[in-house]
Amino acid sequence: MIQLKEKTAPKIIVNEPKKVITSPTEKNVVFKTANFDLWYGEHHALKNINMDILENEVTAIIGPSGCGKSTYVKALNRMVELVPIVRTTGEINYRGRNIFSADYEVEELRTKVGMVFQKPNPFPKSIYDNIAYGPRIHGIKNKKILDEIVEKSLRGAAIWDDVKDRLNQNAYGLSGGQQQRICIARCLAVEPDVILMDEPTSALDPISTLKVEELVQELKEKYSIVIVTHNMQQAARISDKTAFFLNGEIIEFDQTDKIFSTPADQRTEDYISGRFG
Amino acid sequence: MKYLNDALVMKRMGSRLKSNRIWKAIFIIATSFALLSLAVLLFRIFSQGLGYLNLDFLTNFASRIPEKAGIKAALVGSLWLMAIVAPVSIILGVSTAIYLEEYAKKNKLNDFIRMNISNLAGVPSIVFGLLGLTVFVRLMDLGKSILAAGFTMSLLILPVIIVAAQEAIRAVPNEQREASYGMGATKWQTIVRVVLPAAIPGILTGSILALSRAIGETAPLVVIGIPVILQFLPTGVFDSFTALPMQIFDWAKRPQEEFQFVAAAGIIVLMTVLVFMNSIAVFIRNKFQKRY
Repeated sequence: MIQLKEKTAPKIIVNEPKKVITSPTEKNVVFKTANFDLWYGEHHALKNINMDILENEVTAIIGPSGCGKSTYVKALNRMVELVPIVRTTGEINYRGRNIFSADYEVEELRTKVGMVFQKPNPFPKSIYDNIAYGPRIHGIKNKKILDEIVEKSLRGAAIWDDVKDRLNQNAYGLSGGQQQRICIARCLAVEPDVILMDEPTSALDPISTLKVEELVQELKEKYSIVIVTHNMQQAARISDKTAFFLNGEIIEFDQTDKIFSTPADQRTEDYISGRFG
Repeated sequence: MKYLNDALVMKRMGSRLKSNRIWKAIFIIATSFALLSLAVLLFRIFSQGLGYLNLDFLTNFASRIPEKAGIKAALVGSLWLMAIVAPVSIILGVSTAIYLEEYAKKNKLNDFIRMNISNLAGVPSIVFGLLGLTVFVRLMDLGKSILAAGFTMSLLILPVIIVAAQEAIRAVPNEQREASYGMGATKWQTIVRVVLPAAIPGILTGSILALSRAIGETAPLVVIGIPVILQFLPTGVFDSFTALPMQIFDWAKRPQEEFQFVAAAGIIVLMTVLVFMNSIAVFIRNKFQKRY
């Protein structure tokens, strides 16, 4: 097991002790969102969000364009703060700590909560340097350890066999689907706890999409995954729980099979049956 | 109902094609005019200057006798000047661009600063010369030294470098920064490992072009009042010096006809330096250009 050296201030506790599992079927809560509101300037983008994201589950977020689903996922690793006019109220607790509290360093949060983006965005570097980027910024210099991380991460993202002979080639020479799996591998190399995926397959062809979906199934054994998707079939195929967002609100959040078979809300039913969106 | 009358369309065809040809001719004439002027200029300089251009010209100091006049002091002086201008202007300019693009918040004050930096790039060089004379030569008492002239030239090209570096930094896609931040990288790590490597070709190209402007710039040196006839080489940055454009300017205004030829030879040397610097810029741009 490779241990990442922590470069953050020592006073900060990175991993809160995990809660005791109260019953064998109950899983730990990774993200607890409580009364969370978000504004872009005057636009009220997220309204009173309350939801729990559980360990080792795939949580899908569906909804029409502009419903706030990407915004919510980007709030979970505070990526929304890159937009200067964002304001938030309420809490998002990651393993018991409010990520918006003043002493929570955003770098610490993002080390634990990795992200895969809509458009594959590898760096214009070699495949090796792409994967080693994360470990390197966290202070790992040892070539042997880096080699191991790179292989482990590429295997984890099911792309090792495709690229093992050309690790020194530019990642831009790969196809879109391969690039996206490189980005997933790059995310795994930091050994995160949660992986956020913001429409990771929307720029990919059907076969690459299928590979990424299979990968998500494998990854949930070790990681907790939150995936935003436009594709309802995808949500139905790969997720354990599904949240339906509409106009910045959660309309329904439940077991995926329940959402897609017997939704409680009329709007959810209208959306999943394709009547709007 | 047909809106286009076939007969009328055919009738107008001729005049449309004619105006098409006329406009093409106008643009060709404009281009040829520029090229022709350049050719005449080059021909005049080379026909006058080549006779005086030899190894002695490069290794002699300035002289009252045209045959013995050389450009050594000016050439070495210009190199000294660049040794100050390049680091000062590039370090200050790139740092400013990084601050403005990566750190500064988008508010009215910063928009105002950004706009005015672009405006500064258009301020006449003589104004910078006056500023240098007041601040560096007199106030800071640096005299007519390499340092004073170097600082003045740095100020002159700083806006150009800032704008070029800003554009290069802005051209780095935001997805690249997000990927880096998403793994817990700090802003500084993201700038050093992602933004700058991608922006460096653009930054260097802009900087070299700005430096070649500085090497040919005369007005600020005239205002500062650096000497033109020097019989020794500077040994440090506080020494007095002369520069290529100053030397050429001095020769060109002398009454003896022979000095016109000496000036032309000086121009050839200056142009060779400029062409050399610009080809480095082109080389860097072609070699390191990255695609996304």
